[in-house]
Amino acid sequence: MPVRTYLQAISDGLREEMRRDDRVFLIGEDIGHFGGAFKVTEGFQQEFGEWRVIDAPLAETAIVGACTGAALVGLRPVAEMQFADFISCAWDQLVNVAAKQHYRAGTPVPIVVRCPSGGGFSGGPFHSQNPESSFAHIPGLKIACPATPIDAKGLLATAVADPNPVLYFEHKHLYRRLKEDVPDGRFTVPFGKARVHRAGGDVSVITWGAMVHTATEAAERLAAEDVSVEIVDLRTLIPWDRDAVLDSIRKTSKALVLHEDTMTGGFGAEIAATIAEHAFEHLDAPVRRLAAPDTPVPFAPPLEHRFLPQPDDVATSLRELIAY
Amino acid sequence: MAVAREAEPVGSLHEVREAGLDRADLLRILRNMLLTRGIEERGHILYRQGKIPGSFYTGRGNEATSVGVATAMGPSDIGAPLHRNLGVHIVRGTEPWRIFANYLGRANSPSGGRDGNIHLGDARLGLIEMVSHLPAILPVAVGCALAFRIREEHRVAVAWFGNGASARGDTHEGMNLAGVRRLPIVFVCDNNQWAYSTPNALEYACETLADRADAYGFEGVVVDGTDVLAVYREARRAIEKARSGEGPTLIETKTMRMEGHAVHDDASYVPREMLDVWATRDPIDRYRAWLCDHVGMTEDEQDALSSEVKRAIEEAVTLAEASPLPDPDTLEDGVFAVSEELDAPHFR
Repeated sequence: MPVRTYLQAISDGLREEMRRDDRVFLIGEDIGHFGGAFKVTEGFQQEFGEWRVIDAPLAETAIVGACTGAALVGLRPVAEMQFADFISCAWDQLVNVAAKQHYRAGTPVPIVVRCPSGGGFSGGPFHSQNPESSFAHIPGLKIACPATPIDAKGLLATAVADPNPVLYFEHKHLYRRLKEDVPDGRFTVPFGKARVHRAGGDVSVITWGAMVHTATEAAERLAAEDVSVEIVDLRTLIPWDRDAVLDSIRKTSKALVLHEDTMTGGFGAEIAATIAEHAFEHLDAPVRRLAAPDTPVPFAPPLEHRFLPQPDDVATSLRELIAY
Repeated sequence: MAVAREAEPVGSLHEVREAGLDRADLLRILRNMLLTRGIEERGHILYRQGKIPGSFYTGRGNEATSVGVATAMGPSDIGAPLHRNLGVHIVRGTEPWRIFANYLGRANSPSGGRDGNIHLGDARLGLIEMVSHLPAILPVAVGCALAFRIREEHRVAVAWFGNGASARGDTHEGMNLAGVRRLPIVFVCDNNQWAYSTPNALEYACETLADRADAYGFEGVVVDGTDVLAVYREARRAIEKARSGEGPTLIETKTMRMEGHAVHDDASYVPREMLDVWATRDPIDRYRAWLCDHVGMTEDEQDALSSEVKRAIEEAVTLAEASPLPDPDTLEDGVFAVSEELDAPHFR
């Protein structure tokens, strides 16, 4: 198996989907002749032509709206938001058109919107956000947040095949930092099936995206202190794997819910509430949440470093949970 | 200074025949306009009887633009009509009982009671369901046109919006993308002078909305929206131009919202004189007179049309009222589609 970065895995996945199904096309800003701001689609226009790798005007509403229309007449569009932050410009198209279409009209909207998200490189307030929780609240949208190259490729294939609008949050900070052996050829990773990233028995961390790796660093430190940490990577938020989370809590009896998005109203609150409702008797400590504080994502490195949950923060939270 | 072309009114029968309409087509257009108005009048009664939940919207005054444009569309074209465009549904073949069933929130209506009013469509008829964020449907229609271009099909998308919707960014983004890519789409702006209570002077500052087309790199046309044959002629021209790869057109139809924004709105803010002037240009009256003058439509023919329309409406109401309300236990069904639905023929 070839070693692929997280970014290469996404790129491979897109290319394979386009080769196997000529209904799949890409649309976004700078994705064609330029190959994309992060070069995910480099070389695509040469292979597939300018009507399957479409350089759009700078207009997210037009991009997502056009995807919905094209999907309604039989194509399988994949849009790229240059940064997940700009998805706010397509809010109506996602929330009021695409998400509600099947419920009220009975017609599927098989679109994928790729959203490069997350902080860690001084992108500042407008190039660093993790808006997945806002969309998790909207009935009719599915949400994938891959944490590894294999999942990035497998979840992308599932997203393209899904008959619903899927927001695919790819974490920019993982693009070139993560690499692993990724199988050649098409494979799928199902939605709604969490993955135990690291097995453990003393405490569970429920998380997704880049925080899986932050949690791993913390878990390694705690291993040196003879604390065994289980890390559950949700992979998809809508649908999310309640059973896997509750199974892990029943095993460890302690839960830390961790996310990079800000705290209040974040998807972690939904997970914490579900644990409280369904696994209360199994808990040996109150459920803890660790997330970014309720501020915009700051620019200057010392501020952003404080803003993003760090391995130290996770380790501290875990030690407090263990000591409870 | 206006840059859009102002369309001539329709005159002779010869001209109409050139545009591809025979006598039967011409009578069919009247029938569709009568059915459109009749359904809305009947719906209004049902609303006042308390049978229609929520609110109720009509398109009185707008029948010519809806029916005129839709008559010019081809069978495989796609339309995205809004709430003043019931006539589009009629021309495309939506059965009247399904329209009433949608008003009444019935389980077997197009939206199954999940949506109301004229928020309905039918993939088999090439009709996309409107949303209340009205111009949001313009980029969607542009996406249909984009798909036609990608697949090199000779199909056209037609998207409606209004003078109010013209102020929103979706309108700009959709038209800009369509212009850049010269997509096969026709934008129809029904300019009915009011956006709820807001008059046009507070809505836009250009001379005509069709002038904006020039800035997007395509043609703008202003047409009298009470002249159904002029609307048809301009729509047909624009649709066939789009079909032959010559890009979009923006047609602005000048019309008047003859009733309130919705039936709860008495529109007392609309000057009486304005309504009086437009009442003399009622699209159905105008067209009826034209038919009498130019194709010798007889009183018998008119009576036959009226009774057919009346009968169709009463049958439709009966069917719709006999239709079941949705079962509350189905509330959570259908939020998500399942894969098999992608096998439906209209997804090709």
